[in-house]
Amino acid sequence: MSAELIQSGAEILLRALKDQGVEVIFGYPGGAVLPIYDAIFQQNAIRHILVRHEQAAVHAAEGYARSTGRVGVVLVTSGPGATNAVTGLVDALMDSIPIVCLTGQVPTHLIGNDAFQEADTTGITRPATKHNYLVKRAEDLARVVHEAFYVARSGRPGPVVIDLPKDVVINPAPYTEAAVMHPTYRPQTEPDHGQIARAVALLKQAHRPMIYAGGGVINAGPEAAAALTKFVRMTGFPITNTLMGLGAFPASDPHFLGMLGMHGTYEANLAMHGCDVLLAIGARFDDRVTGRLNAFSPDSQKIHIDIDGSSINKNVPVEVPIVADAGRALAALIEQWNADPTPVETGAIATWWRHIDTWRAKGCLTFTQDMRRGGVIKPQYAIQRLYEITKALDREVFITTEVGQHQMWAAQHFKFERPNHWMTSGGLGTMGYGLPAAMGVQIAHPDALVIDIAGEASIQMNIQEMGTLAQYRLPVKVFILNNQYMGMVRQWQELLHGSRYSETYSEALPDFVKLADAYHAKGLQARTVDELDDVIHAMLACPTAVIADIAVDQAENCFPMIPSGAAHNQMLLGPEHEESGHGVTDEGLALV
Amino acid sequence: MPSSHDTTQRSATISVLVDNEAGVLARVIGLFSGRGYNIDSLTVAPVERDGKQSRINIVTSGTSMVIEQIKAQLDRLVPVHRVADLTQEGPHVAREMALIKVIGTGEMRVEALRIADTFRARVVDTTVGSFVFELTGATEKLDAFIDLMHGLGLAEVSRTGVAAIARGTRVM
Ligand SMILES: Cc1cc2nc3c(=O)[nH]c(=O)nc-3n(C[C@H](O)[C@H](O)[C@H](O)COP(=O)(O)OP(=O)(O)OC[C@H]3O[C@@H](n4cnc5c(N)ncnc54)[C@H](O)[C@@H]3O)c2cc1C
Ligand SMILES: Cc1ncc(C[n+]2csc(CCOP(=O)(O)OP(=O)(O)O)c2C)c(N)n1
Ligand SMILES: [Mg+2]
Repeated sequence: MSAELIQSGAEILLRALKDQGVEVIFGYPGGAVLPIYDAIFQQNAIRHILVRHEQAAVHAAEGYARSTGRVGVVLVTSGPGATNAVTGLVDALMDSIPIVCLTGQVPTHLIGNDAFQEADTTGITRPATKHNYLVKRAEDLARVVHEAFYVARSGRPGPVVIDLPKDVVINPAPYTEAAVMHPTYRPQTEPDHGQIARAVALLKQAHRPMIYAGGGVINAGPEAAAALTKFVRMTGFPITNTLMGLGAFPASDPHFLGMLGMHGTYEANLAMHGCDVLLAIGARFDDRVTGRLNAFSPDSQKIHIDIDGSSINKNVPVEVPIVADAGRALAALIEQWNADPTPVETGAIATWWRHIDTWRAKGCLTFTQDMRRGGVIKPQYAIQRLYEITKALDREVFITTEVGQHQMWAAQHFKFERPNHWMTSGGLGTMGYGLPAAMGVQIAHPDALVIDIAGEASIQMNIQEMGTLAQYRLPVKVFILNNQYMGMVRQWQELLHGSRYSETYSEALPDFVKLADAYHAKGLQARTVDELDDVIHAMLACPTAVIADIAVDQAENCFPMIPSGAAHNQMLLGPEHEESGHGVTDEGLALV
Repeated sequence: MPSSHDTTQRSATISVLVDNEAGVLARVIGLFSGRGYNIDSLTVAPVERDGKQSRINIVTSGTSMVIEQIKAQLDRLVPVHRVADLTQEGPHVAREMALIKVIGTGEMRVEALRIADTFRARVVDTTVGSFVFELTGATEKLDAFIDLMHGLGLAEVSRTGVAAIARGTRVM
């Protein structure tokens, strides 16, 4: 233990961050964090990215974290700096993203006095974080920072706040190295082998098996996604991914049935409904996924692998609970699958696949694009073209989204082959997430192609970050599906509220081309289908940030759709299909 | 196996060992209020000589699925060492203490004292017009005593909430 060197709290903080391998901080200065900014000024090891709003700092750190598997770091000032960050923190909490957020605080002797820019940050962020700390002495600072990184990335990842009173970052103290073990927090990562054996026994006798994998597989790292791919291919079982899990399994593989849930595919939802053994991995049975709970996968025995015991049996009771890291559990499943001599029910499974293939043949994502000159662009077609054109490039492509119909169309029509290349706000559904998240991704992957698939309403929630793109020369592409509506809300109003479009028209939109120009970026516009490919090509060829404003069909709805309170087998399909679901019940109207 | 269709409510006495750090009680209480769980009683005090760990005893109620969820949610709080469901893990002792003020004179006063005696309540304060009784025991016993005092000049009640521990050699 090297206790000899005495440094200021701010220097200790930066040294601890460096020891944790931090290369980038997303932040915004203010009075309470001046000593930290002074220390940042005097070093070169850690880069600071100055955002334009603290919420964006957290989303940028989320994009950085999700695309690298590392902890994202945020630094904001006290009071309004901290409260502005709260939406980002809750977003990271809901989507299990590892973040360490440093917040300034008034000096310890003023805490509780309603001092200038004082807020009860630990009180406000307690339910917004996985854990939070108020550091009261400079001596504790290094230990708390090391602990915070450990907590943020271990077990189920999440955001951690460290509140730093100004005197604590000024006062001198000795440095403490990172401890090897945390005193109390030690999540279980190894699966119970008896449970793994039970799981394999169930899977081997399945006639209609189904695998449902979520964001936890991405959290568990690329090896977990590789193990999942291997397991699916060796079993020959069908698999679906949640919105958060897209990329955990290659979309081009024939075992993949697409996304499930409210806007999932017909085949994925009917396979969930009809299966007799369900294997859930790193997925949390969210209400967007289950639909009506008492009609969810009614005939299946369920196996659930999750690192967080509280995710298991929360919404849906399961027969075989396995608390473990998804990667470790999949490795154990593969081993046990090979060790267990029981043959699979080949005949029954072939019949099951024939069923699935008839559902697939329905082509639930089909849409009709008018290809004539002047034809209105279908939003699905714009994404399909974006996918096909970027796929043909020899470049690494990362997609972020805002929230709304465009997000769902991106999930349906952009195909992900690998984990960590798709970042979206799933649990909180935060409009304004996509642009700052793309910024964070681009910082981590300077040479990659990073595209924010946006809506014209969402993009305005953090549009100021165009300034950050300009300052750091980040060539992020903003691809706006401009339907001049808060389309997702408009769709619900059409289907559930008698087409009364209360306050969902995007009135007085800015001229996005001029806006791009004002922010030193390139503005492009496609008004009709014949202009689309040229705009996409021009966007991709542009060395700077771009806003591409794509005018799309204003009336288009996102299908399939399971209305709130309905079951998986009560999906509404689009106008391309005659069959329609059962509509919405009164209880359904009360759901979100 | 908990079943989502099982709607019968049960009561659970849960003990939680926590690091005695700032805000830990707020975390536990915030968890209950934020997720809409019931708190029927809650006690907390340091239990180690160095004051580093505290024990929180919570009496709650809900369906089995909810109670399992409460335990899992408590267990994932960072400063929590251990969560024990005393109701489920075997026989246990649960006790609370109450201070009960009864104001009255004459026959009522005599009757209050006689009942206190059968309950083995101690008189810890007395004036010509009042008693303060101290009574320790199971929640139901305290409830029964307080009920009886209603007609006998009951003026004020102060209860500690439940402290609980497993019987026999079992420890947390
Ligand atoms: C407009 C809108 C529409 C939506 N529609 C849909 C939809 O149609 N379909 C859909 O799927 N979603 C949809 N969502 C998203 C939905 O709200 C949820 O965010 C999503 O379904 C949750 O995904 P998940 O279950 O994979 O869990 P995540 O939120 O990714 O949680 C991960 C789970 O894995 C566990 N975990 C974490 N790390 C590990 C590890 N190392 N090992 C094992 N387990 C781990 C966690 O404890 C947690 O239980 C929509 C969102 C919006 C905004
Ligand atoms: C911060 C925030 N406020 C409100 C909502 C509710 N909401 C969900 S989608 C949506 C409309 C989004 O419109 P747009 O960005 O144009 O996307 P579109 O659905 O039209 O593709 C709204 C208002 C939200 N998700 N986030
Ligand atoms: Mg829109």
